Amino acid sequence: MIAEFGLAALWLAAALAALQLIAGALALTPRGAALAGVVRPVAVVQGLLALAAFGALILVFAETDLSVKLVAMNSHSMKPLIFKIAGAWGNHEGSMLLWVTVMGMAGGFVALVEKRLPEPTMLATLAGQAFVSLGFYAFLLIASNPFERLSPAPPEGNGLNPLLQDLGLAFHPPTLYLGYVGLSVAFSFAIGALVTRQVGPAFARAMRPWVLAAWIFLTVGITAGSYWAYYELGWGGWWFWDPVENASLMPWLAATALLHSCGVLAARNALRAWTVMLGVVAFSMSMIGTFLVRSGILTSVHAFAVDPERGSFILALLAINIGGALTLFGLRAATVTEGERFRPVSREGALVLNNVMLSAILGIVLFGTLYPLLAEAMGAKVSVGPPYFNPMSAIFFVPMLVVLAVGPLLRWRRDTFARVRKRLALPLLAVLAGIAIVLAIGDVAVLPFLGLVLAAGLAVASVLPLRDRNLRRTPLPVWGMVLAHFGIAVALFGMASESAFSVEKLVAVRTGETTRVGPWAIRLMAVEPVAGPNWTALEAQMLARYQDGRGTELRPQSRSFWTPPQQTSESALLTRWNGQLYAVLGGEATDGRWQLRLWWKPFVPMIWLGGLLIALGGVLALAGRTASDIRRLVARDKIAYRRTRQGR
Amino acid sequence: MAGSGTMGLKPKHQRLVLLAIALVVLIGAALLAIWALRNQASYFYVPSEIVAERPAPDRAVRLGGMVEKGSLRTEADGVTIAFVVGDGKARVPVRFSGIVPSLFVEGSGVVAEGKLGADGTFLADNLLAKHDEKYVPREMQNMTDEQARQVVAQTR
Repeated sequence: MIAEFGLAALWLAAALAALQLIAGALALTPRGAALAGVVRPVAVVQGLLALAAFGALILVFAETDLSVKLVAMNSHSMKPLIFKIAGAWGNHEGSMLLWVTVMGMAGGFVALVEKRLPEPTMLATLAGQAFVSLGFYAFLLIASNPFERLSPAPPEGNGLNPLLQDLGLAFHPPTLYLGYVGLSVAFSFAIGALVTRQVGPAFARAMRPWVLAAWIFLTVGITAGSYWAYYELGWGGWWFWDPVENASLMPWLAATALLHSCGVLAARNALRAWTVMLGVVAFSMSMIGTFLVRSGILTSVHAFAVDPERGSFILALLAINIGGALTLFGLRAATVTEGERFRPVSREGALVLNNVMLSAILGIVLFGTLYPLLAEAMGAKVSVGPPYFNPMSAIFFVPMLVVLAVGPLLRWRRDTFARVRKRLALPLLAVLAGIAIVLAIGDVAVLPFLGLVLAAGLAVASVLPLRDRNLRRTPLPVWGMVLAHFGIAVALFGMASESAFSVEKLVAVRTGETTRVGPWAIRLMAVEPVAGPNWTALEAQMLARYQDGRGTELRPQSRSFWTPPQQTSESALLTRWNGQLYAVLGGEATDGRWQLRLWWKPFVPMIWLGGLLIALGGVLALAGRTASDIRRLVARDKIAYRRTRQGR
Repeated sequence: MAGSGTMGLKPKHQRLVLLAIALVVLIGAALLAIWALRNQASYFYVPSEIVAERPAPDRAVRLGGMVEKGSLRTEADGVTIAFVVGDGKARVPVRFSGIVPSLFVEGSGVVAEGKLGADGTFLADNLLAKHDEKYVPREMQNMTDEQARQVVAQTR
């Protein structure tokens, strides 16, 4: 029953999306004006119906209804409840349902609260949102129905990929999806503004909070995903330039650029066409990422659907949405009038450089991700990894960091370097101190060296915008900017330190023996079998002592799951203020020795701490903007109320 | 940059200047990417290919094939293994230091990432084995070249 209810809700939601599209489009014509009142309520109900369908899917997973094909294929009655629920989106159909749910909810939310723009622009925006949603509804209902029944029901399910049975990962996809799909709002706003030719500061101010919210979720999702890969895969790395990671990084890069160009458009009415273009590009990157991951043309842990039909379906959706939006842009771009002028040395100039550099990095990542596909079409099998991505993105990242340090100190419209020169003395001093310290430590490769030194300079430069300000009266968005930029310095420091100073040790030891890695002495006490709800494991007990201080126990495991049969290695982490010890238990070597892989990674947690600071900066900015928007609305309502009273 | 002149520019010209800057940087990035990809992309070889056309010694490549039965040996340090990867036509000795994936066994498919040493031994710094046992059919033991390619495609 629940499955049928979910399917019915999904069909109804799709029908309402069609209604929303038609009503929204007709309401823009003089004869259809009467339909204008329908669009917003329909958008809200459509979002709620999608949510109901998603709720139904979670219910059938929670009670392990094996007569539903998707549950039988991906779940198991012996799984802990939290992973049964998370299993609802840990597969192709469920994750696509999550996609349309977030999309419907985002559209409904916009319809409910967004009152800043002229009504025709809102109608066009909501129609655009419905158009994109409709494609994904069709994809779900035609090519990937999550509620399909199975008769007869099997006695037991196939289980969930053990790598995905992890609490952090249970909430990683929803977070990322809120980001990916949240960008659809920016896409629809861009469409709406192009259709009604309303590109201006009001448009940017209306779009900015939505972009900001999506960007916060993306930032948190990427940070969490990186930490998951770090401790769950047991390879000691935190970023592999895997296509799936790139698929999440590309929308983030575009959204970051969009966020900054939105700022220019809102404050100065410049970069008009460019901002609209970025609105289209950001969500296009989300869709391209989905295509790469979901079509199965790139193999990875995340690639659920190895199905050519689905791949071509998503490709067609991609072509229609992106092609349509770009065509509209091409037709209307010439009628978007030029923005206000500014000098090269100005806040706008710095933000233009930031945007161009981010776009260049985006191009580098996109090209490197697609290259294996292009090469395969020409008959060569290649893979592209860190030797390409690291130096190539650094070429554009390093100048961007320099602009990032200087830009926030510049005035809008026109400024001179002479004015900010004195202020830059402090960050320069930090850079010089950094160079001296790193040279004293010894041999460090070029990229980590640059990273460490620039992180020092940026950390100081990022707080400079607070100088000469009354801190109590500093607006929240400024605090947000400072915090986010400081977070970039922190994350960069972690990345560079990990790459420059990590120590690795691979040994085979008997129980009772001690081995050293960096400042640590690690003794293997015992290796014993242990059991969990759906796995058994070999667990090593190790005593780790930092510089011969007190010992702390570490228990890495080598786990064997039985549904589906698969082994994973559960690394053990020991975090100190100055870094992390990372231990992995391998197999049994000859003559009773055990393989151990140990890393000492100085300051590595800074990577994720920095990521969280960046997201927190976004939260502060969003809170500040929303508060001032609400104040403005309330003030406007009061004035309107007084006028009506006086009028009487 | 253009210095004092820009503010004097007409809005239309400023737009053109901005567009030109963006295009120059993006096209530069694209050219740089193409150049780097030609040098840095890691090519995939099966044993007969890597024997016929040896990649440069310092170039990262991937080697895929079957782990030959009876070829797997663990060295005295307990963490270095040596084995032979074959595709029915050619055989390549491989050395790897590290923790092997659980489904890495003799007679199954493997992809090794690393470099071909000067002595013809492949020095792997990572091994990839397919997660699922179902992917290794029994017919693989006496496989033809076409079958080898299929295995390789599955394990890639």
